[in-house]
Amino acid sequence: MESMIKFLWLIPASPLLAAGVCALLARRQRRLSAGLAIGAISISFVVSCAAFLTTLHGGRAIRNFRWFDYGTTSVQLGFVLDPLGAIMAVMVTGISLLIFIYSLGYMAKDENFTRFFCFLALFAAAMLGLILANSLLLFFICWELVGLASYLLIGFWFQKPSAAAAAKKAFIVTRIGDLGFLVGMLFLYASKGTLLFYDGGSGCLEGGFVASTLICLLIFCGAVGKSGQLPLHVWLPDAMEGPTPVSALIHAATMVAAGVFLIARVYPLMTPESLQVVTWVGALTAVFAASIAVAQNDIKRILAYSTVSQLGYMMMGLGVGGVSVGMFHLLTHAGFKALLFLGAGSVIHGCHKEQNIANMGGLRKRMPVTFATYAVGMMALCGVPLFSGFWSKDAILDAAHDWRISQVPFYFGLFGAFLTAFYMTRQMCAIFFGKPATGGAEHAHESPFVMTFPLMILAGVAAVAGFFGTPIWPWFQTYLSGRKAGFDWPIVLLSTALVIAAIVLSGWIYSRASRENDPLETAQPALFALLRRKFFVDELYDATIVRLTAAFAMFADWLDRVVLGGLVRAMCWLTLALGRLDRNVDESVVNGGFDVGTETVRGSGKWVSRWQNGQVQRYLRMIGLAFCGLLLLLLWGSR
Amino acid sequence: MLNEFAFLLCAALTLAGAVAAMTLRNLVHCALCAAGAFAGLAALYLQLDAQFVGFAQFLVYVGAIAILIVFTVLLTRGAEIRPGESTASPAPWMGLLVGVLVLACLIGSIVASPGLFRVPSQTARASVQQIGEQLMNQYVLPLETIGLLLTAALLGAVVIALREPPDK
Amino acid sequence: MTTPLAHYLILAALLFSIGLAGALTRRNAILVLLGIELMLNAANLNFIAFWRFGPHPEKLTGLMFVLFSIAIGAAEAAIGLALVIAIYRHRRTAQLDRLDSLKG
Repeated sequence: MESMIKFLWLIPASPLLAAGVCALLARRQRRLSAGLAIGAISISFVVSCAAFLTTLHGGRAIRNFRWFDYGTTSVQLGFVLDPLGAIMAVMVTGISLLIFIYSLGYMAKDENFTRFFCFLALFAAAMLGLILANSLLLFFICWELVGLASYLLIGFWFQKPSAAAAAKKAFIVTRIGDLGFLVGMLFLYASKGTLLFYDGGSGCLEGGFVASTLICLLIFCGAVGKSGQLPLHVWLPDAMEGPTPVSALIHAATMVAAGVFLIARVYPLMTPESLQVVTWVGALTAVFAASIAVAQNDIKRILAYSTVSQLGYMMMGLGVGGVSVGMFHLLTHAGFKALLFLGAGSVIHGCHKEQNIANMGGLRKRMPVTFATYAVGMMALCGVPLFSGFWSKDAILDAAHDWRISQVPFYFGLFGAFLTAFYMTRQMCAIFFGKPATGGAEHAHESPFVMTFPLMILAGVAAVAGFFGTPIWPWFQTYLSGRKAGFDWPIVLLSTALVIAAIVLSGWIYSRASRENDPLETAQPALFALLRRKFFVDELYDATIVRLTAAFAMFADWLDRVVLGGLVRAMCWLTLALGRLDRNVDESVVNGGFDVGTETVRGSGKWVSRWQNGQVQRYLRMIGLAFCGLLLLLLWGSR
Repeated sequence: MLNEFAFLLCAALTLAGAVAAMTLRNLVHCALCAAGAFAGLAALYLQLDAQFVGFAQFLVYVGAIAILIVFTVLLTRGAEIRPGESTASPAPWMGLLVGVLVLACLIGSIVASPGLFRVPSQTARASVQQIGEQLMNQYVLPLETIGLLLTAALLGAVVIALREPPDK
Repeated sequence: MTTPLAHYLILAALLFSIGLAGALTRRNAILVLLGIELMLNAANLNFIAFWRFGPHPEKLTGLMFVLFSIAIGAAEAAIGLALVIAIYRHRRTAQLDRLDSLKG
């Protein structure tokens, strides 16, 4: 592992280099840009796998370096190679590679192909830097870069006003969380004196140092923003304006998981009170988002709310069970959610840009590969036994059941699982079963191999990945620290029963339903409207915070224009007046004074010259008088 | 006693001549009275045992300068007496005042030094041989310079007073 | 020699002031020159008197001075009178109050 750390920099550096070169390429050099990006991410994948292999027996390798000095201290950054980082790096590089390949097909007809791969490579570089960072500062830098890449990619089709607005919303809302993160970081630096995670015993996470709850909560703010927890979840559904590969990579598998990764990374720092907060926030988010997803009609939006809900599960898992519980679900979720999103992209591509599930139907026969892989992903998400999601979600429910503080998160988790199965079945029925609703669905075709190939790979992963963490072979739990893998039969049976019940119920309702009216809507119109309108959270924000900010902005503008501008104008006027006064003084006093002086000299000279009247005798008289005076002076002086 | 009387006589002559020279209307009369004053002074020099100087005074002043003045008077039609016209310059009382003032200063300074009223005892002898020796030994430079000066004065006077030829 | 020095000096002072008064009051240039000659002679008298009554009469200092003074007085009179003649020829007058073109 010590020798491996020397090559660790390759993992973020090669996509970064690819991004840099792609930025300089012309729009028509498509193959070169795609090749660079895919090549770079493959290199990163290979190195990550190698690094992963070296960490199989645990341990940690560190490489710190000094960034700059100030005064007697210096700011240090560094890389760390440990099990948590290694497995995350393998997941990110692997999924990125598959999605890059998928994008070759999906974005083939887009004219900004080169720019897309440049941004994707930039994102990959930033995400990998974040994973391997040993310093909270380097982590934050990469965190912001990831946010930037997300903004660029959400607003990729910036000519659409909704896409531009969604990109801005994403950036601004995550910024609010990042503010808390930054303040927490500053407090941490003030209390510990270093931002390095591991530093030979003096890092933040070493020596049993536990930060104050305030610091932990502030750092959690960053995670709330980035991972779309309540109340900063509003940007994630709107982020679906970006292309589907972007949604799959960034807003399902990797970037939104960065918040969970943050909490996992700084886990030794967290106080029990802050972990309680994490759990409650996660649990609430899980149920909140799942209930909204029941009433949505856009294929990607359903998946987006599903992501928010599953992120809530991950946070809950971290809070009740520790690093391994949360991270297990993160990894399995990455697999099946990427699969679901790519499948949705395939459906959209096949139905010629149709995204409303009410306008689809009967695609089972027309897009078989997509259907099969989508079904695998759906079952993994719902937690159908033996699929990967089942193992990881069960681990969470198990840990929640054993949580001494309260059982409410457990019940929330169960309710959330029910809802998840319910809406996913609703979605499946609407898309793949029944009769095609529109011509687009009628003439749907299967996607090209370059797009279905990653789907198949991911389906395999989604099916199998869970086996790494089963109680029979608890490799994952030993690999990462956390709760020991237990197997509580009652809970397993309960959760499985709930899932099957939900699938059956939903299937029964929706396979008979007509396209125009949703049965739930007709049954409970008020509740359905509330869910459809996302609990009016966006409207609430608009009425309060946005309005407040706009008013403040107007006030600030008035202040700048009238008060400060007026002040500047006053200073200007004052300076001009002073200048005029100065000139007047110069002209009247200085010049006038000089003139008067010279006039006096001239006048006196003229007067004196009149003494010389040409009369010689007068001169002689003067000499005589002077002689008398001189004589008197001498006589007086000699006395 | 005789000395005193002689002094007073010469002094009176000198002063009378001086006053007359300065006040008479006719310029030739003025010149001649001035000559008289010069003569009186020459007598005083003789009394003071400066015989050479006395004779030199007589020769130069009475014999040359007074005559020169007469010539000049005649050449500039100063001999014509214009009746009614004053001979005084504008504001003559100012000049008189200055003269009186100077006299007062001088007399005052003389009177203020009591040592001057003593009568001396030594005798003075200034033979021509002594004068000649002094001139040739100590005062040879001034002598030569005086010669130069006189030459220049002579030439200068001629040049200045030369009647300019009329332009053709 | 029974007359003290002071008498000679007083005489010289009188002569000097007469000469000065005359030079200041008369209008004709020649008479101004005459007055100046009188002043010069008064100074000469002073010198001779001081030589006679001074401490070292054998040095003949006063005497020498007066000799030279007489010579210079003569030269000066000649030049002055030549100037008066020249001016008279130019300006047709020897009245000093008319000769004031060098005024400031």
